[in-house]
Amino acid sequence: MELYELTVHELLEKLDNKEITLEEITKSYIDRINDKEKDVQAFVTLTDKEALGKVQTIKERKTKFEGIPIGIKDNMCIKGTKTTCSSKMLENFIAPYNATVIEKLNEEGLVSLGKLNMDEFAMGTTTEHSAFKKTCNPWNLNKVPGGSSGGAASAVAANMVPWALGSDTGGSIRQPASLCGVVGLKPTYGLVSRYGLIAYASSLDQIGPITKDVEDSAILLNLIAGHDEKDSTSANVDKKDYTKALVRDVKGLKIGVPKEYFGEGINEEVSISVKNAIKKYEEMGAIVEEFSLPIADYALATYYIIACAEASSNLGRFDGIRYGYRTKNFESLKDIYVNSRTEGFGDEVKRRIILGTYVLSSGYYDAYYKKAQKVRTLIKDQFNSAFEKYDVIIAPTAPNVAFNIGEKSNNPLELYMEDLCTVPINVAGVPSISIPCGVNSEGMPIGMQLIGKQFDEETIIRAAYTYEQETKFMENYRPTFKN
Amino acid sequence: MSNQDYEIVIGLEVHSELSTKTKIFCSCPTEFGGKENTHCCPVCMAMPGALPVLNEKVVEYAIKAGLATNCEIASISKNDRKNYFYPDLPKSYQISQFDMPLCEKGYIEIEVDGEKKKIGLTRIHIEEDAGKLNHDDYGRGSLVDLNRAGVPLIEIVSEPDLRSSKEVDAYLKKLKSILEYIEVSDCKMEEGSLRADVNVSVRRKGSKEFGTRTEMKNMSSFRSIVRAIDYEAQRQIDVLEDGGEVTQDTLRWDDVSGKTFSMRSKEDAKDYRYFPEPDLAIIKISEEMKENIRKTLPEMPEVRRERYVKEFNLPEYDSKVLTAEKALSDMFEKANSICNNPKAVSNIIMTDIIGYLNSEEMEAKEIPFSPEQLGNLILLIDKGTISSSIAKKVLQEMFKEPKEPQKIIEEKGWVQISDEGAIKEVVIKILEANPQSIADFKVGKDKALGFLVGQAMKETRGKANPQMLNKLFLEELKK
Repeated sequence: MELYELTVHELLEKLDNKEITLEEITKSYIDRINDKEKDVQAFVTLTDKEALGKVQTIKERKTKFEGIPIGIKDNMCIKGTKTTCSSKMLENFIAPYNATVIEKLNEEGLVSLGKLNMDEFAMGTTTEHSAFKKTCNPWNLNKVPGGSSGGAASAVAANMVPWALGSDTGGSIRQPASLCGVVGLKPTYGLVSRYGLIAYASSLDQIGPITKDVEDSAILLNLIAGHDEKDSTSANVDKKDYTKALVRDVKGLKIGVPKEYFGEGINEEVSISVKNAIKKYEEMGAIVEEFSLPIADYALATYYIIACAEASSNLGRFDGIRYGYRTKNFESLKDIYVNSRTEGFGDEVKRRIILGTYVLSSGYYDAYYKKAQKVRTLIKDQFNSAFEKYDVIIAPTAPNVAFNIGEKSNNPLELYMEDLCTVPINVAGVPSISIPCGVNSEGMPIGMQLIGKQFDEETIIRAAYTYEQETKFMENYRPTFKN
Repeated sequence: MSNQDYEIVIGLEVHSELSTKTKIFCSCPTEFGGKENTHCCPVCMAMPGALPVLNEKVVEYAIKAGLATNCEIASISKNDRKNYFYPDLPKSYQISQFDMPLCEKGYIEIEVDGEKKKIGLTRIHIEEDAGKLNHDDYGRGSLVDLNRAGVPLIEIVSEPDLRSSKEVDAYLKKLKSILEYIEVSDCKMEEGSLRADVNVSVRRKGSKEFGTRTEMKNMSSFRSIVRAIDYEAQRQIDVLEDGGEVTQDTLRWDDVSGKTFSMRSKEDAKDYRYFPEPDLAIIKISEEMKENIRKTLPEMPEVRRERYVKEFNLPEYDSKVLTAEKALSDMFEKANSICNNPKAVSNIIMTDIIGYLNSEEMEAKEIPFSPEQLGNLILLIDKGTISSSIAKKVLQEMFKEPKEPQKIIEEKGWVQISDEGAIKEVVIKILEANPQSIADFKVGKDKALGFLVGQAMKETRGKANPQMLNKLFLEELKK
């Protein structure tokens, strides 16, 4: 077995036993990147040489994670490194400071192999909206990897990084994890600091791990979770050790299955695969019950109103004045604004800015934004009452498996439907982990998500870990890198 | 119809910079000046990914201002984003407060021509200041300086209760005085830390409806505001008298020509797309917090004024003038604690110090010498070391260079001659030189004494103790 195929906890074990060295690990990933990046196109910026340089200076590991490589979605600021959001607007933007999550990883000594491709400003579900490159799904290079953290999910699936940090506003960690057959965790809103994460929608954005297995997800969550004074929306909750939840036991666990997630718009193979997984939970001793979550029907509209409204304001700072792209074609101040933004943003970003501007405009505010906020409260309420009965809610992560690159790129509405299963979770602010639960007839991975109560990441980690240990998806299936 | 048939209606939105040490959403210093873009960080420069954190002092200061102006303080408040593009606004939105301000429904009492009147305050809310554009002298464009971006402001919105430029002047002075008393703002006019948007309309007397208003933005001199209101009200009356209609415009006041000019009309009004700031939490204010802030309120001007009359036996007029500005009032009290002669301190402040400030167009807080030095100056008069006319000269020196008055009189050789022998010598010398005056005095011309004393003063260059001179001249003349 090659080093790059191992999970981080396996690498750590071998390091502790002195079977391998940090340098060997990094070199293994660099070889793998040299081999597969041309097919997968996951990176916007590679910093693998710098990572190797750092690792070579380490004589003895001072912290457990010193010298362990990681990949970072390109919307998190790393001081001195290009942070582009896969946008022409920030093509040459070098971040002058570190995001809090990066500070935390630095304190532990992790080294970044590079910045990973994404849909521009995290808006999309296929990574096709990157201004720089289209990332391919390692399971079939003709297929999309999902998005917006498509670079992160495909790099983990392709073993080009052992793990990665993604961000999830409406499914951007879980959906690509699902399409690439890896594990993606969106923590409770407020568990991980957003300071230094380039904002798409402030009240929904959350950073989380994309890993090969549940154990690594718990380990990485330990490294990034925690209150941050620099983020007023970060929660002041007690620090937990999520690896303590890595227990194989779902006996008596109450699982709710919302029937709305298995009906119209959900691919049948996906639906069957997730239902089989639920059966498996029953066999393992969980108590399963179907229930109705009718408000979920309104979640997608609510999400697109709130997310676009916030985005229209958040992206105002990209005005061509202080940093980022500035048009060469101007005679007035207004020209600088209009032309810089017209030339610097891609279509999808413009579409969402226009939508968001519209729903906040006087005369429309009450009908759209204000109403969406009210529905958001109802969605939270319905999730809360569901969690009075259930410990975990299980649903498909995405309505479809990975589809062909270009297949839906001309139909924004169809692409928005890909968020159907994931957005209610962001709107409610609760945690959710996506894990692989099978493959379809074409051999493309299918994911299911385990949704938990606010700040109860432990229960979904335990449930996910139990299923994973029982079914051993990773041992049975792996990417083919074929066309 | 004539001017007397119209009533002027004015409402003000006053922006005041708060004197917190750090900015409203980051820990950069608020200090004025400094090299361009040096009091900045990723947050106030709006770097991608940076997030605001509300400075609790700002909330405290705003509540203090609300309590000092009789406002109701909210229990729950929030921040909102006001979206618009301008190069001095780095995020392209200003974090302000829209529908849930910290303070509401207050009032300020003013006095014009001896009549008291309450001016209602609609609200006081917190927001951030923008940066500054420096226009390049060579016409190559504008440079953005973000040192001021994120400096905390409170916006104090009045009801349309003001009826004349005189009332506006009284209102602004009172507001400034309150903010200085409670020490939440320096109110340094020359640094633009107090600025006002002025809304003016006119209506027929007796009319219940308001006329169409115009707005003059960002005015920072009380004098210009008074002039602008007088001009604008007259302009509106003239328009109506000519059968025209006032249009709801935003105007610019030009201080040089003394006229207002239209900048944009209502049709061009911006849609700021206000919405709740998702990066900040709801602001909760407990009753305990309100009470704790209330306890920090200092003695306000009205209370001080009454105390001065009772405690120091000062005339009502003195008390009013002294307490109108905190800096003067504080100086009075500290100086008096040194010399214990309230009337003397009051006199020197009211005539000499205020006179000097007015002639130099200085503000009281710019006085270079300390209250202790002023107290020592009074002590020197009281002890007879210098005369009050020398004291005036010493004071002028203290304005130029704030030294101890004792040192100044030593350096200048202004010590009063109170040695009887020395003064007697001068008296005899003057009498010998002026026999005619002696003769005049003897036939009952009292003026002759004044002339002789004057000559003696001239001889001693003002240093002779005047009481002693008088006494000795009389003794000699009556011999």
